[in-house]
Amino acid sequence: MLTMQDVSKSFLGVRVLHGVSLDLEPGEVHALVGENGAGKSTLMKVLAGEYAPDEGTITLDGTVHAFSHPVQAQAAGIGLIHQEFALLPHRTVAENVFLGREPVRRGFVDRRAMERRTAELLAELDETGITPRTLVKDLSVARQQTVEIVKALAASDVRVLVMDEPTAPLADHEVELLYALIRRLAARGIGILYISHRLREVFDLSRRITVLKDGRKVATLTTADTTADEVVRAMVGRELGSYYPPRAGPEEIGEPLLTTAGAGNERLAGIDLTLRAGEVTGVAGLQGSGRTSLVRALFGAAPFTRGHMTVTGRALRPASPRQAIRGGIALVTEDRKGEGLALRQSVRDNALLVTRAVHGEGAQAGGVAGLLERVNLRSRGHDQEVQYLSGGNQQKVVIAKWLAAGPRVLLFDEPTRGVDVGAKAAIHTLVRELARDGMAVLIVSSELPELIGMSDRILVMSDGTLAGELPAGAGEEDIMRLATASDATPEGSAA
Amino acid sequence: MTTTTPSATTTVFAGVGRRLGTGAPVYVLLAVLLAALAITDPGFYEPDSFLAFIKRAAPLVILAAGQYMVIVSGGFDLSVGAVVTAGVVAGAEFYGSYPDAPWLLVTAGLLLAGAIVGLVNGLISTVLLVPSFITTLGMMLILEGAVFYWTGGSPQGVLPESFRSFGRGEAGGWLPWAVLACLAVGAIAVWLMRSDFGRTLLATGDNERAAALAGVRVPRVRTLAFVLSGTAAALAAVLVAGFSGVSAQAGRGLEFEAITAVVLGGVILGGGRGSVVAAMAGAFSLQALFTLLNLQGVSGALESTVQGFIVIAAVGLGAADFSRLRRRRSQPSEGKSSS
Repeated sequence: MLTMQDVSKSFLGVRVLHGVSLDLEPGEVHALVGENGAGKSTLMKVLAGEYAPDEGTITLDGTVHAFSHPVQAQAAGIGLIHQEFALLPHRTVAENVFLGREPVRRGFVDRRAMERRTAELLAELDETGITPRTLVKDLSVARQQTVEIVKALAASDVRVLVMDEPTAPLADHEVELLYALIRRLAARGIGILYISHRLREVFDLSRRITVLKDGRKVATLTTADTTADEVVRAMVGRELGSYYPPRAGPEEIGEPLLTTAGAGNERLAGIDLTLRAGEVTGVAGLQGSGRTSLVRALFGAAPFTRGHMTVTGRALRPASPRQAIRGGIALVTEDRKGEGLALRQSVRDNALLVTRAVHGEGAQAGGVAGLLERVNLRSRGHDQEVQYLSGGNQQKVVIAKWLAAGPRVLLFDEPTRGVDVGAKAAIHTLVRELARDGMAVLIVSSELPELIGMSDRILVMSDGTLAGELPAGAGEEDIMRLATASDATPEGSAA
Repeated sequence: MTTTTPSATTTVFAGVGRRLGTGAPVYVLLAVLLAALAITDPGFYEPDSFLAFIKRAAPLVILAAGQYMVIVSGGFDLSVGAVVTAGVVAGAEFYGSYPDAPWLLVTAGLLLAGAIVGLVNGLISTVLLVPSFITTLGMMLILEGAVFYWTGGSPQGVLPESFRSFGRGEAGGWLPWAVLACLAVGAIAVWLMRSDFGRTLLATGDNERAAALAGVRVPRVRTLAFVLSGTAAALAAVLVAGFSGVSAQAGRGLEFEAITAVVLGGVILGGGRGSVVAAMAGAFSLQALFTLLNLQGVSGALESTVQGFIVIAAVGLGAADFSRLRRRRSQPSEGKSSS
């Protein structure tokens, strides 16, 4: 149905796509994977008419197209669902769906036709939770995404739908809804190009997988005949070996560095835990189970209001991040750009921020080089603004910032979110090294394979309490059983 | 493998553009203006007349350094003009009652008062969370009203020569004290911005949440910026009082001139980026421009009009994404001619 043949594209004389070919059948979900900068987005923007290709052709249903504007691609039947939605929050669903194409009757917008057509499209997608008159701001993120899709469907007779990291904004339980929606679209004969970092989703959904690396197509694989290892190998172009660094042996696990007893606040209750030197403790749980609340409480950002806590043997229940930092605790937040970095400041200034703020000894900038080497940062010098670094390198700067303060307890909330596969492995190795250096590490992650691969033991949260503890190497089923056990007694079994 | 060649290229371009975008243009502008002044007025570079120019510019340069601290932390200080007026008038009234007060004591008292105004501005903005634009606008109106009420519109009192010499006199007979004040403020500002305080101030203006989570005491850092701005305004008041004497309009409009100067220096409104030296160069440029217009016979009444154009142009040029404009132009904007 769709064929992209030998597409090349250069910017400022730099080739970012080298003769990439891709084909898509009706009703197929075709995944497009590759590291950051592999050319996925550029390829899709060529398809959607946002960039004109230098070479190569796009053929859709036997017609060769040369799009020079997104509107042309849209009219030809190519829809693009961006990561960021382009919806007006204070307008209704129907108004958003027909934005810029409002049906007109006697010189006025025909609201009734607009709402009727929107209702039809929603019904076709079995979407019952949305009415045409609902205001977009009142919808959940998942439903807003559905509105985006309906908008694309209303625009033309969509043949190809491109979805760029569609699960990124969604909560865990919403992902299943999106899967169902994608399968319904495919069943209607729409071809779907699905871009994702998450191999799990790719394997759940796709019929074929095309791997890009450095602007070239490495392979198109049939999902049923391949494995995650093979896909990763194609993406990074080398063996990642075993995914995760070896766990700590019993002799490497030392004294308790952080303990809580009966700690709680408005979101957490009965938190009894012990983090030990040399040990990586994983925290699992569904979205909203209190994982993030837990690390923020330990760090004093959303402090505990009850119970007891000790850090390196001394009683300290931090009431602010500053107190926690002084006590030797560090937190790598999940929202790197919003909470982790001052994006317009240099690598050096970010790396020294904590020491400058808390210890007042940032002037010793000589230590920066060692720090950044320690985290294996790749940047164009220490004066480069961090906004120009890749996600993985940004995360390394965040870690360097904390290491500068010499912490004993490291808390990581989603340490590899938005980080490509190669950098992910580097961060995993680094985290393990830090534990080996005698720090106590706690990792929150919604990627269960990561959690299982990294943790020496796993605490499972449910409903703001610790629902249980599992040893290293526990299976995903065990974790999910504890995480979803709604009648879990808040016993706080960790210690 | 994390960075590919295209992003490398764009990074280099962005890096060069960044440097040009924040600091360099104002130095070019200043050089052009100074050259134009030399052509218009051949006597401009006579030591006396050049030092006199710096002396005239000094209050604005000092205000710009203070304003920079606040803007780069993510705020505005609209109260500085009123602080200058209040400082001048308060000095005059004080000397009216105590004609023999030592000038050093009065100067120190004014600086302290300026710092206290800044402290109040800072605490209201950071503790009560009133946006600084509103806080300092309110402070400006309060001070202006208080001065007017106090003096009935015509301030009394005469400033003694000892007090005024700081703004009009020369050290060693040739180097104006105002020039020394400028240099000192510049040196202190540069040192501050290189210190832990300055780096955390920039980070706070860039991303307040990240700064707070890194242990920065955000309210304290922000408040300190207002204190510095208030103190700078009081110092400017001492210079203005010496230079132009007592008037209830002494500081009128200076807050906007200071903001214009800072913006001209490429400092980003909203915080997080810009250099204090460039901000001070912006103040010199503004003063040079006013001088040039004066020499060209343009009415002084147009100064604020010129200033308005400058502010809009500087922010507009800073925000414009030229690459996008270029792309749009090269792209045929045909409608829905689907094939």
